[in-house]
Amino acid sequence: MNQPMLEDSPYLPKWAEITRIEQLTESEKLFEMRLVSGEPLGHTSGQFVELSVMGIGEAPISISSAPTENDVFELAIRKVGNLTTAIHSSVTGDRVGIRGPFGTHFPVEEAKGKDLLFVAGGIGLIPLRSFIRFVLDHRDEYGEVMILFGARNPSERLFLHELEQWEKREDIIYLDSVDKSGPGWKGNVGVITTLFSKIHVDSSRTYCIVVGPPVMYRFVILEAKAKGIPDRQIFLSLERKMKCGIGKCGHCQINHLYVCQDGPVFRYTDIFDLEEAL
Amino acid sequence: MKLRLIEKSDLDLFVQNLINDYQVDGVKRKEGSFLYGSIKSPEELCLDFDCTVIPPKKYFLPPEETLFQFTSSPALQVTPVMESNPFILFGVHPYDIKAINQMDRIFARGVPDPHYLKRREAALIIGVDPTKVAPRSFWADMGAATVSEGFDLMLTDIGESFIVEIGSNKGRSLLEQHAKPRPATRNEARERVGIRSRISHICKKRGFAFPKREIPTLLEHSWKKFFWEEQASKCLSCGTCNLVCPTCYCFDVQDNIDLDLVHGERVRRWDGCLLHDFAKVATGENFRETRASRYRHRFYRKGLYLFRLLDDMACVGCGRCASACLPDIADPVNLFNKLREDEK
Repeated sequence: MNQPMLEDSPYLPKWAEITRIEQLTESEKLFEMRLVSGEPLGHTSGQFVELSVMGIGEAPISISSAPTENDVFELAIRKVGNLTTAIHSSVTGDRVGIRGPFGTHFPVEEAKGKDLLFVAGGIGLIPLRSFIRFVLDHRDEYGEVMILFGARNPSERLFLHELEQWEKREDIIYLDSVDKSGPGWKGNVGVITTLFSKIHVDSSRTYCIVVGPPVMYRFVILEAKAKGIPDRQIFLSLERKMKCGIGKCGHCQINHLYVCQDGPVFRYTDIFDLEEAL
Repeated sequence: MKLRLIEKSDLDLFVQNLINDYQVDGVKRKEGSFLYGSIKSPEELCLDFDCTVIPPKKYFLPPEETLFQFTSSPALQVTPVMESNPFILFGVHPYDIKAINQMDRIFARGVPDPHYLKRREAALIIGVDPTKVAPRSFWADMGAATVSEGFDLMLTDIGESFIVEIGSNKGRSLLEQHAKPRPATRNEARERVGIRSRISHICKKRGFAFPKREIPTLLEHSWKKFFWEEQASKCLSCGTCNLVCPTCYCFDVQDNIDLDLVHGERVRRWDGCLLHDFAKVATGENFRETRASRYRHRFYRKGLYLFRLLDDMACVGCGRCASACLPDIADPVNLFNKLREDEK
C-alpha cells in the first residue's frame, strides 16, 4: 500500500470567490466564480462540482458555463435545501469551497460533425447550457443544432436573455413550451414532448442530449426513438445524491454504477435496462 | 509455512508487553456481549468470544471522524485532520479480517481515501481463530473460516497453547520482541488443522441450501418479485443491519459548527441505505422511497453490485445483521434460501 499523503485528501475543497450574482428567476440565481488559486476549473460540459459553505455542508451542483470561458465558471442554483439556501444569501466577494469537477461529460468530441438535439426540462437547462454554449462557440464544428426547452410555467424560464438570442439565431432551431401558461405568455403550451412534432431530424446523424426532471426521461426517450434516433446517440444526465464524488459513500449508487463517477452523463444504451435508473 | 507456538501461561505476559509499548484494543466482555475496546490489562482481553456486537470496521472508518477543521472568519482557513496513531487490534476473527481486506480494496481503488488508508496502515492486526460459533453465524459457508492475508499474526487456541502464524514482517518482530515463541511441531501444526475443521463443521450447520456462487445469478432474476415487498413490510427502516455489518461502509459528509459560528469541522458519519433519506435529494425526490426498494438494495449491493467490483460477495457470514434485526428479516441465509425456494 502506498503511503497516501494527507494533502491528497479528496475531501479538501479549493477556494473560489464569487465574482457576480444574477437573479435568474424567483428561486434560481446564477453565481459566477473564480478559483482563488487562479487556475481554471478544468471541466468538460456535463460535469459537476461539490459546492461547500463552511458550517453548512456540501452539495453537488452542475456547471453551467462552457469550458471555453475558462478563467471563471458559473453555477446556477435553485434555492431548495440547506446548502442552496445558504449560498443564495451570499454576496459578491464571498468565498466558497469547490471540489471537482467530477463525473462524465456530454459527447462533446463524439458529436463533432453531427447534428445535435438538445432537450431541456426546467433546471435541466443549467447543465445543458454548458454544452450548448460550447457548441455555439464552435458552431462550425457541429451540424444542425436544435434546442427544445420546456418549463412548468413562464416564470420558471431561466436565462431569458440567452433564450431570446437563441430564438433569433438563424443557424440554430430553438423551440420552447410551458406546461401551464401565465400572464403575457404567447408561446407554446404543453409538455415538452409536444415540441417533437415541430422538428425534423436526420435521425442517423443526430445526437439527442436530454436533461430534465426524472419523470421526463421516459417520455422524451420515446419521442427520440420515434424520430428514429439510434439508442446509442441518446445521452442523459441523471440526478442523484452525490456526496463524496469519488464512488465511495454509496449515496448515488444505481445498481453497480456510481453516478458521481460513472455518470452523471450516461449513454442510453448503457442504462436502458438498468433498474432504478430511469 | 512456519508456525510458532506460545504457551497460554505466557500469553498474559505477551499482552502486557504489548500494552507497555502500544495502544492495544481488543475484545472485552460486557453484560453478556462482546465489544471491542481499549485493553489496559491482560485479564480484560477476551479471546474465546463468538462474535462482537460491532465489527472492527470502527477502527478504520470511525462512526464519526473529522476530515478537516475550519475557521470562517476573519479569513477562511482549513486545517486537515488525520488521526492515525499506531495501535494493535488484538483478537479479530478471520471473517472480520476478510471484511477488512474488502474495505482496503474499496478505499484504495480509484481515488484513494487517505483517511481510511492511514488508519489502516497504522494498525497491527492480531487475528484469532474462533473457538465458538455465534447462533446466526455462517462464515464457513461464506468461505471466511480462514484467511491467508490481512493479519500480522494469527492465533489458534489448541488447548494449552496458541499456535501463531506470522502474516507480516511487522508481525514477526512484534512476536519476537514481546513474547517467547518456539517453533510449533508438526503435530501441533496438525492440531491446528483439526481444530479449524471442527469449528468450521459446527458453523456449517447454518448456510445456504444451494451453492453460494449462484447468488449473483439468482439476484439477476429476482428484481421484480413480490417477495421484497413481503419481507420489507416488517422492516423498521432503522439501519441496524447497516450499522453492525462489517462490509457496510456508506457514509455521509456533514459540518459541525461551534456556537461561535466561526469554528467548525467537516465530518463523515456512518450512514445506512436502509434509512429513509439515504437516496433523497434536496428537491424532495427520493430515489428509493419505499422500504422494499431500500431493503432490496442492500441485498443486491452485497450479492451483486459489490460482487462485480470485488469478484466476491460483500458478506462474510458473521450473522450480526441477523442477530441485531428486531423483526428478523435481515438474515442473508434465510433470505437467499427463501428467494431460491421462490425461484423453483
